[in-house]
Amino acid sequence: MNVTVIRAGFLTTVQDLGRTGHRQFGVSSGGALDLHAMRIANLLVGNDETAAGLEITQRDVRLRFEDERIISWCGGVYKASVALRSIPAGHSTLVSAGDELSISGPQQGCRGWLAISGGIAVVPVLGSRSTDLRGNFGGLGGRALRDGDIVPLGKNSERTNVWIDNLRAERIAQWSAPQPWSQTATANPVLRVVRGAEWNGFNDVTLQRFASEAFAVSPDSDRMGVRLAGPELRRTDDVAEPGEAGQLFQERLRATSSELNRKSWTTQPIEPIGCPSGGKRLEVITVDLSVAAQLCAGDHVRFSEVSIADAHGLLLQRERELERFRIGLSLHDS
Amino acid sequence: MQITALGDSALIVRLRDRFEDAPDETLNEILRTFRRLQEAAIPGVIELAPAYTTVAVFFDPLRMINDGAKPDGVIELLVQRIGEVLAGGRRRHKRGATHTAEIPVCYDLEFAMDLKRVAHHAQISPSEVVDLHRGAEYRVNCIGFTPGFPYLTGLPDKLATPRHTVPRKEIPAGSVAIGGAQAGIYPQKSPGGWNVIGRTPLRLFDPQRDPPALLQTGDQMRFRKITREEFESLNG
Repeated sequence: MNVTVIRAGFLTTVQDLGRTGHRQFGVSSGGALDLHAMRIANLLVGNDETAAGLEITQRDVRLRFEDERIISWCGGVYKASVALRSIPAGHSTLVSAGDELSISGPQQGCRGWLAISGGIAVVPVLGSRSTDLRGNFGGLGGRALRDGDIVPLGKNSERTNVWIDNLRAERIAQWSAPQPWSQTATANPVLRVVRGAEWNGFNDVTLQRFASEAFAVSPDSDRMGVRLAGPELRRTDDVAEPGEAGQLFQERLRATSSELNRKSWTTQPIEPIGCPSGGKRLEVITVDLSVAAQLCAGDHVRFSEVSIADAHGLLLQRERELERFRIGLSLHDS
Repeated sequence: MQITALGDSALIVRLRDRFEDAPDETLNEILRTFRRLQEAAIPGVIELAPAYTTVAVFFDPLRMINDGAKPDGVIELLVQRIGEVLAGGRRRHKRGATHTAEIPVCYDLEFAMDLKRVAHHAQISPSEVVDLHRGAEYRVNCIGFTPGFPYLTGLPDKLATPRHTVPRKEIPAGSVAIGGAQAGIYPQKSPGGWNVIGRTPLRLFDPQRDPPALLQTGDQMRFRKITREEFESLNG
């Protein structure tokens, strides 16, 4: 069975949790920009969390279903509806054959992740169904979805089938994911960062400004990187180039690459912040990448530093909460 | 050697400060380190990425904590493990049969949008550019930018040509190019600022192939001049 793309929107791609093991060939890990949101959406429809879903960027998307599915979405502040009934983020929702899902907005943030029970059943390439837009492979023909595309779906899991039976009356489940997981866009976010070993190359004034001032997200930001404008950051051992701060995010990607693989963009989807080629940088911690993935033009972002041990502690804490969430979901299996 | 954190899920093993001082030696050292770490398969390590002077080690902190690492000591443990792997018995790695690839290139002007520009910059004729380019021996320093894109050293100094200040929106797949002192080949149609001087009919990257990239870091390679007819027949 399939789902038909009536309106593909601005940039809608098939994504899962990404592909690993091919970075040495210049293949990025890719995957949903917010891996956590994709996992949560998948769990809410009874999928394995590694199933492929859709990543929606900015504008409106409209899909039509051929059979009964459970769907769920997480991400920015979108309006989603089926047959004029509004579907909140992070809720399991039953759709029937012929139903049309429309997702519009966003009022805040810029991306959403939609899971459909059974998962998007495109053939995995290099171990993943994610679309690699630079390499033109994976997903649906290595490209973003277009109007009229027919996207294949896998079979509903046994769990999904039980939930479908239970949801026939109410359509939208009572249960939901914690709101911070399903609605990740926030006004003026503070991203937590860890410092690289060479961070000390920045002078004190820069450190202070970095910690105290807001950076504006530029319109020329995209899936590869978020470009920031803000206070100029000077290094003690370097002549700051004008506009250096303005290239912070983008250069972060390049900087990582220059370390990993000079200018290869073979990094995490969004790896914000850093400095050209010097390695004197900060990295946004894993648990905050969900928030970073929602940054769009006009947003202002601040940074605060944590230790790597703190970053790991936060990750561990989230994973434990996720485990409890999984157990909670399993209570609806009968 | 210096190991530094790259965020909360990766480390950078820096082997040298500069690549240019001893390119071959540096590349060999990178490859040795990469292979040793690959063979060691340290639990929790997801993948490795060799670059000019560093090898990046991507890891899963949760996996390491599940395997017994203290939540506040993941980095220290991994740094220690990497140190042990790289310090342990300096057994010589066989370099393996060095792979010397031959990449056929059609230098016809139709494909070589920037051949004249490179010639003008070097103050030689376009055919001299071609002869210099195909006469040289290259080595793949790393693969990146886009899947399968080889960064090559070995470009004759005379051919070094600055990139376009405004990158082209689209460079055709297979384009053979010069960016500053480096040579490269665009595996996919992509934006790019390098000077295109020819095109190869070979597919440099094919996700259905194992390995997917035609060229690997460390490979030796040369360019072979082909005619338009050969290009078409190889392009099948």
